Amino acid sequence: MTTLTEAPAPVEQRGKERKPRRNLTPWMLLLPGLLWLTVFFLVPILTSVSASVQTGNYDDGFKLTWHFANYRDALLNFGPQYWHSLLFSVITTVFCLALAYPVAYFIAFKGGKWKTLLMALVIVPSFTSFLIRTIAWKTILADNGSVVHVLNDLHLLKITTALGWTVGNHVLASPAAVVCGMVYNFLPFTILPLYTSLEKIDPRLHEAGADLYCGPFQTWRRVTLPLSMPGVIGGTLLTFIPAVGDYINAQLLGNPNTTVVGQRIEDLFLRQSNGYPVGSAMSVVMMVGTLVIVMTYIWRAGTEDLL
Amino acid sequence: MSSNDVLGRTEGGDLRLVGLTKRYGSFTAVDDLSLTIPQGSFFALLGASGCGKTTTLRMISGLEDPTIGQIFLGEQEVTDLKPFRRPVNTVFQNYALFPHLDIFENVAFGLRRRGVKDVKKAVTDMLDLVELGHLAKRKPTQLSGGQQQRIALARALINQPQVLLLDEPLGALDLKLRRQMQIELKRIQTEVGLTFVHVTHDQEEAMTMADTIAVMNHGRIEQLGSPADLYENPNTTFVANFLGQSNLIPASVESEKDGVVTVSAHGQQLKLDAKRCRSTSGKIILGVRPEKVQVATDRGEVPAGFNALSGGKVVDTSFIGVSTQYLVQMPSGEEISVFEQNTGRTIQRPGAEVVVYWDPSQGFGLEGTQDIEAGAEADEEAAA
Amino acid sequence: MATQTISAPATGGDAPLKVRRRSPLAWAKSHVLLVVTVLVFVFMLLPNAVILWMSFNSPDGKFNYTWHKFSLDAWKNPCSNSTMCHSIGLSLEIGVVATIIATILGTMIAFAMVRHRFKMRSGINALLFLPMAAPEVVMGATLAALFFNTIGPGAMGFWTITIAHVMFCISYVVVTVKSRLAGMDPTLERAAQDLYATPTQTFMKVTLPLVAPGIGAAALLAFAISIDDYIITVFTAGNSETFPMYIFGSVQRAYPAQIDVIGSLMLLGTMSVIAVSQILNQMRTSRKK
Repeated sequence: MTTLTEAPAPVEQRGKERKPRRNLTPWMLLLPGLLWLTVFFLVPILTSVSASVQTGNYDDGFKLTWHFANYRDALLNFGPQYWHSLLFSVITTVFCLALAYPVAYFIAFKGGKWKTLLMALVIVPSFTSFLIRTIAWKTILADNGSVVHVLNDLHLLKITTALGWTVGNHVLASPAAVVCGMVYNFLPFTILPLYTSLEKIDPRLHEAGADLYCGPFQTWRRVTLPLSMPGVIGGTLLTFIPAVGDYINAQLLGNPNTTVVGQRIEDLFLRQSNGYPVGSAMSVVMMVGTLVIVMTYIWRAGTEDLL
Repeated sequence: MSSNDVLGRTEGGDLRLVGLTKRYGSFTAVDDLSLTIPQGSFFALLGASGCGKTTTLRMISGLEDPTIGQIFLGEQEVTDLKPFRRPVNTVFQNYALFPHLDIFENVAFGLRRRGVKDVKKAVTDMLDLVELGHLAKRKPTQLSGGQQQRIALARALINQPQVLLLDEPLGALDLKLRRQMQIELKRIQTEVGLTFVHVTHDQEEAMTMADTIAVMNHGRIEQLGSPADLYENPNTTFVANFLGQSNLIPASVESEKDGVVTVSAHGQQLKLDAKRCRSTSGKIILGVRPEKVQVATDRGEVPAGFNALSGGKVVDTSFIGVSTQYLVQMPSGEEISVFEQNTGRTIQRPGAEVVVYWDPSQGFGLEGTQDIEAGAEADEEAAA
Repeated sequence: MATQTISAPATGGDAPLKVRRRSPLAWAKSHVLLVVTVLVFVFMLLPNAVILWMSFNSPDGKFNYTWHKFSLDAWKNPCSNSTMCHSIGLSLEIGVVATIIATILGTMIAFAMVRHRFKMRSGINALLFLPMAAPEVVMGATLAALFFNTIGPGAMGFWTITIAHVMFCISYVVVTVKSRLAGMDPTLERAAQDLYATPTQTFMKVTLPLVAPGIGAAALLAFAISIDDYIITVFTAGNSETFPMYIFGSVQRAYPAQIDVIGSLMLLGTMSVIAVSQILNQMRTSRKK
């Protein structure tokens, strides 16, 4: 029988190896955008690290003097602001999680054909200017409004003022109003990742849990919660990080005793001629602080398929 | 007793369904179903999709509430009990293994929820029973379909339920694996002695594994009996067509004498055993399974006393290897299926004129007004 | 085993079979989840309702915070305050320009990430992720510092704002287009090439149409983010005033009902866009049948 294949040629006679061509396309595609980000995001942040140890003012210019006292100024003078930022964002994240989970659970498992509509209801309001929506709370929580009246009648305001959450007979211009505004603004950021995560859970796993002797709470604790953890972690991060830097709510709904870091930084940069170095120092502290907290959180919580 | 305590097991508890009905709005999924499944038996609910068998299973497990009716385990009524309070476990169709737990924890799940502290021995033994002890630390996604199925079984069995429910558990497996698992399941059931209720649309599977089969159609039980009873002596055309294949010939009764019913079909006389007839007057449907029928080229070859229909012409011959399947067309246009075992007899070619014949005691008679096609389509869908 | 008999109920031959009702406890439990959800939705939607309501108000004084009396004046003369409409115009201009630039740059990056293999992938991923995670104050302040030092505070305005907006929109565009692209069946492009399409033709006739919805969504997202941005904008705006800046300033100066009119229009506008796209989708799918 004739063979259809030939034996391979000896090595010396084989043709020249073809070198694979260097593919430049991805780099050509990446470069413009990455350049933009590098110049307008990375460089500024790195510059501000150097700015944080400079001295001077807008008129005379700034010089790099390794003036670490800027950091001391930042932390000593504005310690309360950092504390407020941290406190408000942590409280906001907790409240958002507590409110978002039942809503996301309801839409994911009991929503049926209304799921998309309900999620649209969650997201669509965000398309109106968030400033106008936050200012609307001035109307809702106004002193002569129904909310304050009801709270007064229930004598709740006395209790909350004693706790320091509200001020006198007002709800506005108090920590409670600030947190209320923040929770309102960031709730969709918590609901969305939670919903995505919960929606992926096969409802038959709940049935299996019930079949294997889990009561309703046990089913949630042993089956739903572990499987929704990526959503919980994603949602809390997506809420906490922007909340730390937010100062709009504190500005619009708070009072001079509830100021947060962002307000000070804005002030230093825009309204004080020598505020640039200290402002930069404050930014650096804020960035590093947020990074440390987030890294610790991720490390403790586990990072499986976060994104 | 903790609030999670499961109903205590009662010995010798038969599973009893009484007047079970489930309605979704105007649609009735299960229609007044009453049934007793003896403890320790392997029971199959057989039917095409939509017949109500899965709904019935879910009502037994507690995952659905019946609209009307009651469920008893032995002497105790469990109708109002939530699934986590019933000593009943389910092997789900898609296995429903917990993806966030490893195999060991999946199998241990039910034990842990019931407060059992030391689960190691029980889990290890159960994993050995299904021969998957070496996979204890893996996650469900790392297992093959067949392995997942065995773990789902182990997870349910370990709780020693009074009744084990299996919802088409072998559907996703390939043919060879399915056959293997059928034997495994039967072996385990016999070894462990629990009541198994198996829901399937695969009639071969039901016949292989079950002691008793209930054929369901549109929410009701068409017939209940052992595989042999159902096969040899179907009550309705649906059962006759759904289990295996049948030739169903419309005929009319001429006379009945000494336990023999004489009927006429297409101008020829045929005999039936009166004990195997559902009606003995007027219109009747004579049924005979294709494997009971043979073909002959000459009337003289037909043994004495056998039913014979002459004038047939072979229109199709399929040589399967094990057997030859003929389609014989009678002068009236009706087609008779014949499965002749490969014993070496001459194979008839299409066009040959033949006589079909069979032993009268192998035929059965059904009520004449039924739909001849009932169950035939359902069977084809199920087989697909 | 012999054929099983269907036995009668043990409770007595003519005991009526109970009609099952769901236990009240189970109903109450799922009811709780529903109640909580409804309350949270009220919480989330209340401000929008208030904005709409207050747009029909004639304020007592300079600030439209409390109800005084019904009036259609704000709706009839939305631009009576020219500064406000000027700022809206600026925001729209910046939005359009920034969206175009960010969408192009971001789409290019998305294609590179999904379709090509290269080193430094994780570094680039980090660079893309950071702007979404960094506090806006920091990004705004540091960018402002850069502009101070290079072009000086006087030159800040339209272009510095636009540059900043493009910067933080790129990441969102990349994420959106990437997910759409990753979900696309790559064999479609190979099929096109098998059928004699050149790379350019493949891209124009096959890839682009399939990714277009993703690019559209990314552009909309970028536009929405740009229009509504305050913090980064205020740092890079110099003497210009965008609409969010105008609103913020109004809290100090005077808060007219016209702002609520614009707010209501934005909401109604978005809702109509979504409704129209849903209807178009329905029509398209039913036409195919």
